[in-house]
Amino acid sequence: MSSMELKSKAAQIRMDLLRMIHGAKTGHTGGSLSNTDILTALYYKIMTIDPAQPKWQERDRFIASKGHSVESLWCILADRGFFPKEELATFSQFGTRLIGHPNNKVPGIEMNTGALGHGLAISVGMALAAKKDARASRVFCLMGDGEQAEGSVWEAAMAGAHYKLDNLVGIIDRNRLQISGSTEEVMGLEPLEEKWAAFGWHVVSIDGNDIDALVEAFESAPAVAGKPTLVMANTVKGKGVSFAENVPHWHHHVPNDEELAKALAELEAVINSYSQEGQVQ
Amino acid sequence: MANKIPNRQVICETLVTLAQEDKDIMVLASDSRGSAAMAPFANAYPEQFVEVGIAEQNIVGISAGLAHSGKKPFVTSPACFLSMRSIEQIKVDVAYSGTNVKLVGISGGISYGALGMSHHSVQDIAVARAIPGLAIILPADRHETKRMTEALAVHEGGVYVRIGRNPVEDSYESDDYEFVIGKAVTMREGSDITIIATGETVRIALDAQAELAEAGVSARVLNMHTIKPLDEEAIVRAAQETGGIITVEEHSIHGGLGAAVAEVVVQQHPVPMRILGIPDEPAIAGKSTEVFDHYGISSSNIKAVALGMLRK
Repeated sequence: MSSMELKSKAAQIRMDLLRMIHGAKTGHTGGSLSNTDILTALYYKIMTIDPAQPKWQERDRFIASKGHSVESLWCILADRGFFPKEELATFSQFGTRLIGHPNNKVPGIEMNTGALGHGLAISVGMALAAKKDARASRVFCLMGDGEQAEGSVWEAAMAGAHYKLDNLVGIIDRNRLQISGSTEEVMGLEPLEEKWAAFGWHVVSIDGNDIDALVEAFESAPAVAGKPTLVMANTVKGKGVSFAENVPHWHHHVPNDEELAKALAELEAVINSYSQEGQVQ
Repeated sequence: MANKIPNRQVICETLVTLAQEDKDIMVLASDSRGSAAMAPFANAYPEQFVEVGIAEQNIVGISAGLAHSGKKPFVTSPACFLSMRSIEQIKVDVAYSGTNVKLVGISGGISYGALGMSHHSVQDIAVARAIPGLAIILPADRHETKRMTEALAVHEGGVYVRIGRNPVEDSYESDDYEFVIGKAVTMREGSDITIIATGETVRIALDAQAELAEAGVSARVLNMHTIKPLDEEAIVRAAQETGGIITVEEHSIHGGLGAAVAEVVVQQHPVPMRILGIPDEPAIAGKSTEVFDHYGISSSNIKAVALGMLRK
């Protein structure tokens, strides 16, 4: 996909997830909007995957350690053909597979996550297995910034560097907000990049809502042989919906009819602008 | 002759043998290769050994990732930490995600003796039992440990194993018997009462059976090596055929073998029952035999309890 197509796709995913959350009357809206560009870059440009063979051994792996913002991932997996799009309507409903956290009963989901601070250790194990089997698979692990307060994140960070896992890419959705407010008020994380560097990771800091920057960061990993890469994706919580951006309340606020219509119109305009730009070019 | 081989050493020796053929078998340690007696494995197969350091949450998460990629990880870590420090990883990364991880809790029960409650592991069965999809096994002696390890290497799914630290006297004459996960072993037939034991207390139950035989009582002894999935059929049959059950375990009386057996008995064939184990208190410090005697986890007390039940 071209850069413009990726950006347009991200806007479409945002529309899909807003409709899905609105329909289900539940969901983590803010975090899903902030991580949509990261997931779009991974699933439409970077990762080697085959929706027809979700368990193909040579595939790249993605672990959503911040499992609570799974909504964007559900929409992307459906859009990529891992399961029918109609199933998105069952999100969070009685008996559904599409629960509020990643669930490996759904094709395309590797592991069940949701309890914070687990994903990176799992990813270390996967990356270690790929090294031992001399497979080219890379492992991408998306973490939240609030999640960085979990001690188990740092246990895994140590192990990733100790075993020189340069096939491992950690990504932090650094939107600076968690459920109780600013990350720096709840439990200060800064200087976060220096912490990861001190733990032996190669740190790349980018605008995490800039798909071009994301693609470049992921494509260039590992930039340093023998070191895992940490992509500090500086994002905006609620990104793409003007009135939700940087508003803590949107962590799990469900848009009402009026808000949905307004948000969809904004995103539609984004898609139209890319499509016109594409015609001009 | 007294047995000098601890079960942890048997696990290591068996895994060294199995790993010759099966390159997917891996052993992970949390700075515990010495206490788990896994140094010979680490030396023989450095590529199949992963040192994680003192990080029990991490060791379970990494193992789940390895298992997800087709490896067969055996996590060896002190039972007290493995079963509780990392219980959420066991619940989510192993059981809920359905990964093939074998969790081997070493130095379990009160085998860390004088180190106190922080190092005793007498809540682990209760905690593990509440997790759906996780099997729980306590082998009785070195022979059973060998058979169990062989069975685990080909078993798909999460398992929590608990063994003690020191050598235990044999309960089996040899390893020439069939070990089936989830199937109790009738160590002695009997008709008056049933003693159900698990792990190292099986030896104590067998001694009690011999003492009861001298007193003219025919006691059945069941080795419930697998606490989950529980052999309900053997329990119900024991209740029907012997009319009374005594359970013996190196675990809190809350939530362990006794509780598991009682749940079956009370719902399927109520008979008098007694549960012998560690009471609801931080266990007293001392050698295993001293602690067991203190709490009545002894052949003489089992005999006394059995006689008391039979007089009624």
